[in-house]
Amino acid sequence: MTTIPTAVGTSRDRRGVAGTVPATPAGRRRRHAPGPSRWAAVGFAAPLLVYLALFYAYPLWRNIDLSVHDYTIRAFVQGNAEFVGLEKYAEVFGSSTFPAALWNTAVFTIVSIVLQYSIGLALAVFFRSSFRLSAVLRGMFLVPWLLPLIVSASTWAWMLNSDNGIVNSVLAAFGVGQINWLTSPDTALLAVTIANIWLGIPFNLVILYSGLQNIPGDVYEAASLDGAGAWKQFWSITFPLLRPVSAITLLLGLIYTLKVVDVIWVMTTGGPGTSSTTLAIWSYREAFGTGQPDFSPAAAVGNVLILIALVFGFLYLQLQRRQEES
Amino acid sequence: MTARRPGRKTWWKTALGVLFTALMLFPVYWMFNVSLTRTRDLRADPPHWFPWDPTFEGYEAVLGQQLPALGTSLLIGAGCVVLTVLVAAPAGYALALLNLRGRRTLNFVLLVAQMIPAVVMAMGFYAVYVRLGLLNTVGGLIVADSTVAVPFAVLLYTAFMSGIPREMLQAARMDGAGAWRTFVSVVLPLSRNSTLTVSLFAFLWAWSDFIFASTLNRNGNLIPITLGIYNYIGNNTTQWNAIMATAVVASVPAAVLLVVAQRYVAAGVTAGAVKD
Repeated sequence: MTTIPTAVGTSRDRRGVAGTVPATPAGRRRRHAPGPSRWAAVGFAAPLLVYLALFYAYPLWRNIDLSVHDYTIRAFVQGNAEFVGLEKYAEVFGSSTFPAALWNTAVFTIVSIVLQYSIGLALAVFFRSSFRLSAVLRGMFLVPWLLPLIVSASTWAWMLNSDNGIVNSVLAAFGVGQINWLTSPDTALLAVTIANIWLGIPFNLVILYSGLQNIPGDVYEAASLDGAGAWKQFWSITFPLLRPVSAITLLLGLIYTLKVVDVIWVMTTGGPGTSSTTLAIWSYREAFGTGQPDFSPAAAVGNVLILIALVFGFLYLQLQRRQEES
Repeated sequence: MTARRPGRKTWWKTALGVLFTALMLFPVYWMFNVSLTRTRDLRADPPHWFPWDPTFEGYEAVLGQQLPALGTSLLIGAGCVVLTVLVAAPAGYALALLNLRGRRTLNFVLLVAQMIPAVVMAMGFYAVYVRLGLLNTVGGLIVADSTVAVPFAVLLYTAFMSGIPREMLQAARMDGAGAWRTFVSVVLPLSRNSTLTVSLFAFLWAWSDFIFASTLNRNGNLIPITLGIYNYIGNNTTQWNAIMATAVVASVPAAVLLVVAQRYVAAGVTAGAVKD
């Protein structure tokens, strides 16, 4: 669900152009005109600034604080945890869970975004040509993405149930033996990835579809006059012209897939063992998933995750800026 | 590319489109189907593809046990909408129209804020709330849930408001309106569609939230519906019809919003596209 917010960023450089371009010269003029004082601006922004300080900066600072102290649940309430520096980070990196979680995060994220994107793009191209019901059907594709994640995740969990799941009984009709999707270490990660791909298709479809709308139709007309077929047109027109939108969609998908907790937690709780444990799940499990909360390593893992997300985040911002300039 | 003669030549596309949509929505159908299946038929082999002999046991269980949770979720959703709009609308005005100093930095901070994993925020909030005694409170959950919506909302308002024609603002100033009057009587009414989109998403995110609910409100008396489903799974692993019935009920707001406000949903995804 959290995949939507940055769509703002994505669209600002395309659709938003209509809004910002005429605004810029006017904005320049305003600077000379006697407008409301700067204090008014600060006043209107004040609630947001206070909000960001209290509900973003402070919890994040507390999170760093957690990771450099040895917090037990008792120390948590009394607030007298011992300062241990980067010891918790060393523990995390030295843990045998770390390479497993890193690998699972990479597989889960990359497989998810590549398939979400490919299927989303194929559907966007399909829906581009208008046919009867096309708008209605495209609207219905949004459904999976509006459902609470826990709803989708529990539905998938039941569909993939080893004994009574619909997936296994359909596969059995084709002669495939029972697959223990969620309870076998070999397939648990695959199972949660499949569910996550399903969840991400609507977002990719919507973004890529609106990207396609911005490709002028006469480009295609010229191509078909030259005798280029649909396949050729896709590879020589659609795909290259869509590259900026594609890059941003993929990067956003990456940033948001890194954070996924709900789906995996509800379906497998990261197990069996660590077979579907990603960094986000690991952090969640240490802090909240067991009877004995272990906040310090959980916070350390969380901060590592932030760093990874920020690296790709800056890449995204860089890309966006470059596109705005061109 | 676009078909000039819709009709005969494109019927196969409609058929294909219906097929794709059916495949995509199959899990949603299955949730519905299972919710109406009798407990003894849940493990039938082959499974019942259609609820010929429907039961409402599952829905009775939902109405019996989950009504308070649905109420809590409504309350949290509404609180989140109010808080988000109160914080974001004036901020959007300041960023888009008032030449706020440092607005580039603020925009940047908002974009980065959206990249922070919820699990990290949950731990931070837990650490803060445990001291303030705000764990297991509806207010605490509203604040935590709103952190998902606020950066999005500010960026959406900013994008829309910077498209408002300056003449309208100047006209208001000619009439002697100050920044506040201009905001309330010109900018806000013009931004009605943005407010709708923001409210819709703020509500849906709060309604669907699981991470904050399962960390900050685990032992509360008032649990939201997502946690209700989760606890249900933990307690009754055999009653999948009741679990799925709860899931269907929890999906109602999403379904209603999709039908009533589909254009705002699409507008939220490709934000900034909201135009009057």
